[in-house]
Amino acid sequence: MTAQTIAPVSGTMGGTADGGIAPRRRITARQAASSALTLAWRNIQQLKHSPEKLLDVTLMPIVFLVLFLYVFGGAIAGSTHAYLELLLPGLVAQMAMFATMSLGTALCEDIHKGVFDRFRSLPIARSSPLVGAVLGDSARFCVVMGVLTGFGSALGFRFHTGFGSILAAYGLAYLFYLAVCWISVLIGLVAPSPETVQGIAFIWTMPLVFGSSVLLANTKSMPGWLQAWVKVNPVTHLTDAVRALTLGGPAASHVLYTLAWAAGIVVVTFPLAMRMYSRKL
Amino acid sequence: MTNVIEAEGLVKTFGDTRALDGVSIAAERGRVLALLGPNGAGKTTFVRLLATLLKPDGGTARVSGYDVVADAVQVRQLIALTGQFASVDEELTGLENLVMIGRLLGFPRATAKARAREMIGRFDLTAAGGRAVKTYSGGMRRRLDLGASLLSQPEVLFLDEPTTGLDPRARNQVWETVRGVVAAGSTVLLTTQYLEEADELADQVVVMDHGQLVASGTPAELKARTGAQTLVVRAADFGLTSRVEAAVQEITGTTPEVRQDTGLITAAASDPAMVPAIVRRLDDDGVVLAELALRLPSLDEVFLTLTGHLAGTDDEAGNDEGRAA
Repeated sequence: MTAQTIAPVSGTMGGTADGGIAPRRRITARQAASSALTLAWRNIQQLKHSPEKLLDVTLMPIVFLVLFLYVFGGAIAGSTHAYLELLLPGLVAQMAMFATMSLGTALCEDIHKGVFDRFRSLPIARSSPLVGAVLGDSARFCVVMGVLTGFGSALGFRFHTGFGSILAAYGLAYLFYLAVCWISVLIGLVAPSPETVQGIAFIWTMPLVFGSSVLLANTKSMPGWLQAWVKVNPVTHLTDAVRALTLGGPAASHVLYTLAWAAGIVVVTFPLAMRMYSRKL
Repeated sequence: MTNVIEAEGLVKTFGDTRALDGVSIAAERGRVLALLGPNGAGKTTFVRLLATLLKPDGGTARVSGYDVVADAVQVRQLIALTGQFASVDEELTGLENLVMIGRLLGFPRATAKARAREMIGRFDLTAAGGRAVKTYSGGMRRRLDLGASLLSQPEVLFLDEPTTGLDPRARNQVWETVRGVVAAGSTVLLTTQYLEEADELADQVVVMDHGQLVASGTPAELKARTGAQTLVVRAADFGLTSRVEAAVQEITGTTPEVRQDTGLITAAASDPAMVPAIVRRLDDDGVVLAELALRLPSLDEVFLTLTGHLAGTDDEAGNDEGRAA
């Protein structure tokens, strides 16, 4: 390391020390997308270096499948095979929810370290670090769905619909997952420490995940107030949509309901998250 | 426009604490400005305001004529910040960190990679470039952090306590880098708790305390105001302390301060020639010295002179951090 001069680089967004290039006034949408992708790449690299971070999303679907299938299977559906058809689409919805939980913790850690300080002092869009974190976290969604579907198939699960419908089922789950990620982001921004994020995440995901049709199709045995909750719960509609798209049956209303919820969640949480992020200023 | 940094009456409060209480500072292009002060003085808050990480509650600040609030997008294209806490990703390799920053700066992929490799080489990290940053030493992290800051050749480089916690070798490397950056035409604003560092690097020193500007000037002006240098002497034989004290008093013409527990004698020395004079005098007396040094006044002494109180005696450390929890 010597006191050599540093040659200016063309193509930089920054001006040069001799004032050659006037700085840009705005960040274009293309630049914002590019920096978000770069930051998503960062998350993927992190996973490559520490694949153990994917342990939870790898084991979770296996443990849940085995437990629910053999504990409830006979009691709920008469046989484990019959229950598997009901359960796997339900677990697609459940895993889409659970896969979002670690995002808030990771984000909170990032903010408490110095990395976000650098991001914030760079000429990139305000939204890029958050959007990048959500996109990068999608790797976890892919792993959890791959393991769930693969292991479920090994246990005997079979799709009854065409490729397009199956793709739509997972695509819908992904969109819903992306929306829920923003709740996780918001909590990561608000939580006082990374340790508290996980606890908060559990409290709001549990009623949504278990107060739904994830584990059973027939909710008649539930008390009225719970039935009412199950009916409005978006996780129920995601589950029912995935069931219809993978097993057959009318899916449209459930798909629309799920999409409406996903859009609603983003419309509320994204601006809030951006505001919280700016307020960290 | 010669002033790259212009801050006027900056105010920032955190709860009841006024971290910055009306600070006005200007820095000329191509110079090094050092903010000197203890923990809690408001140095970090000042840097974070200038680097657009915080918004001021009052006053204005401009970097190259761009307002840090209204024109934050432009300001961010002109600056780079190496914070007190290494702002590199611990889980990525050194090379990946630099490629990422390069891409975020808008370099095409190939350029980002080439620049990253160049920086890794320049900062002696070639062997460690492919290793995760969490395996790096403190000095290596700081070097990587500096490399990341220099990828864009910033007009203004902010360094928040760049050498705190570094060993002397690593510290010298940072100093060399700062000199190189300034030689290339950038302006550097650094914060430090060490008078020596300010003296070594800065063209202009601003002394801060409790969110306010206490004094400013060139290092030479500051030293002139704070009593130049301090002579430190200690007799090898504790019993001879009083004879050394008498010699120091006679030669410096001031009343030295004597630590009764250690026998350490300190006195203000206006002329470096006093050192050989004392050596000769004590040699004639047959007194052997265990310690003899001429040093810059410590930050404590500077503060005592400028503010009438010791640095960091009644502030809450940590307020300076300015980091929203």
